[in-house]
Amino acid sequence: MKYRCLLYVAEDTIPAPGTPGFGDVRAANVAATGAMTKAGVLVDSAPLQPVRSATTLRVRDGETLLTDGPFAELKEQIGGYCLLECASLDDALRWAAAIPAARSGSVEVRPVIDVGSRT
Amino acid sequence: MFRAHWWPALAAVTRLVGDLEAAEDAVQEACAAAVVQWRTGGVPLNPGAWLVGTARHKAVDWQRREARRAHKEKAAVREYGLPDQPFQTGPIADDQLALIFMCCHPALEVAVQIPLTLRSVCGLTTPEIATAFLVPEATMAQRLVRAKRKIREAGIPFRVPAADTLAERLASVLRVIYLVFTEGHHASRGDQLVRLELCEEAIRLARALADLLPQEPEVSGLLALLLLVEARRPGRIDDAGDLVLLEDQDRSRWHHAKIAEGAALVERALRARRPGPYQVQAAIAACHSSAPSAAATDWAEIVGLYDELLRYQPTLVVEANRAVAVAMLQGPAAGLALFDAMAGNSRAVGWPPLHVARADLLGRLGRNSEAVDAYQVALALEPPAVERAFISRRILSLRSRKTTGR
Repeated sequence: MKYRCLLYVAEDTIPAPGTPGFGDVRAANVAATGAMTKAGVLVDSAPLQPVRSATTLRVRDGETLLTDGPFAELKEQIGGYCLLECASLDDALRWAAAIPAARSGSVEVRPVIDVGSRT
Repeated sequence: MFRAHWWPALAAVTRLVGDLEAAEDAVQEACAAAVVQWRTGGVPLNPGAWLVGTARHKAVDWQRREARRAHKEKAAVREYGLPDQPFQTGPIADDQLALIFMCCHPALEVAVQIPLTLRSVCGLTTPEIATAFLVPEATMAQRLVRAKRKIREAGIPFRVPAADTLAERLASVLRVIYLVFTEGHHASRGDQLVRLELCEEAIRLARALADLLPQEPEVSGLLALLLLVEARRPGRIDDAGDLVLLEDQDRSRWHHAKIAEGAALVERALRARRPGPYQVQAAIAACHSSAPSAAATDWAEIVGLYDELLRYQPTLVVEANRAVAVAMLQGPAAGLALFDAMAGNSRAVGWPPLHVARADLLGRLGRNSEAVDAYQVALALEPPAVERAFISRRILSLRSRKTTGR
């Protein structure tokens, strides 16, 4: 099964590029994804630009409405994601626990519907 | 009649068909078929295997029908095998463990783990569970459906957890069993008969789990704790239905065979030298149960055990129980000092038992009007009915003591 891990972190707690903390966070994430790659469970992963760069879109009555900013204002924002291929939730949770964001924020683990095999 | 077979049968069928909901429907139907067939043809030599075989047939039939509708019969037959072929019966114990670990998976809410375990492991019906938890049947049915959907969609596995997570996952299973028991033990609400059944179910479950996991001392610790607490039930409520304090209980009413079994179990568990909260609580209960009277109880030992329990469970309840034990060991003034310190905590101040305990100690110290005040505070916090009646009786007795005494 595929599991999408959504990494929620409070953006104001992330060290800015150039500060000494930034390198540590980066290294921790590289180590975590490296272990996932080595185990063959990582399908895809990436950090996201800050929520201030987000644009939220709705189409109503044929009209496209844009909002500057994220869909919802939360204390913690989605700062990145990874997609895992695991045999069960237990395996996915084990990998999710190794993601640095799990310690500084929260990781939401969501099973992905395999559209290809649906009848 | 089928209760004894339910857990192993549902566990085996879940492994065979790979889905809890389908397996449960199939086992339910197999039981219905058994009612008819066993009456005329007699009970088969191995009723458990009969139920598993019949349930599997039904499940495979459904899956085929489903597959035929989707024009995918060939794939289904390939996947699930022909029903006429002999099936692998793996170690039943592993299947049973896999099922209870799945039902108590921490990805499910505790409020869902409990009814799901009662349904899938204990074989209680949905109406029975709904009655026990005082919710409408439809609400309980929906809760169970949602739980099974989460298991399927999230890929909660049907297997015994890996060694490195076993302790953590076992704690979750033990908590569910403990909560089933306390739900039954709480005399404050619901039908008395249903409550008793929950206690018995929890003990049955703990006993079965202790057989399946003999190397885990916490499981024996839990079983011992439940037996020791249950053994005191006959003394806990008097003939008028009123709550009786431990020290005033008629100890000859206690169930002494259960006490002996529980005490032996906890002693054996502690010898493994891997203590845990249930073993410590069982040791405390064993201390109480083996004492001839409240005064002759080894209170020093109990205070020491509460100190150890606080390391696992730094909660108000444990702290309050420890303070009561200190009062018995060193006198009411020492206990009162601890409760007064606790009352400074904003969390504790709204908790009725704190004020009841303070009131009791004040009464012992002869500070009767302060005791009445403390009981009044407890009443204002609206404790359950049985406790309310107990507090009111205490206030009356304190007031009469005041007028006639001096």
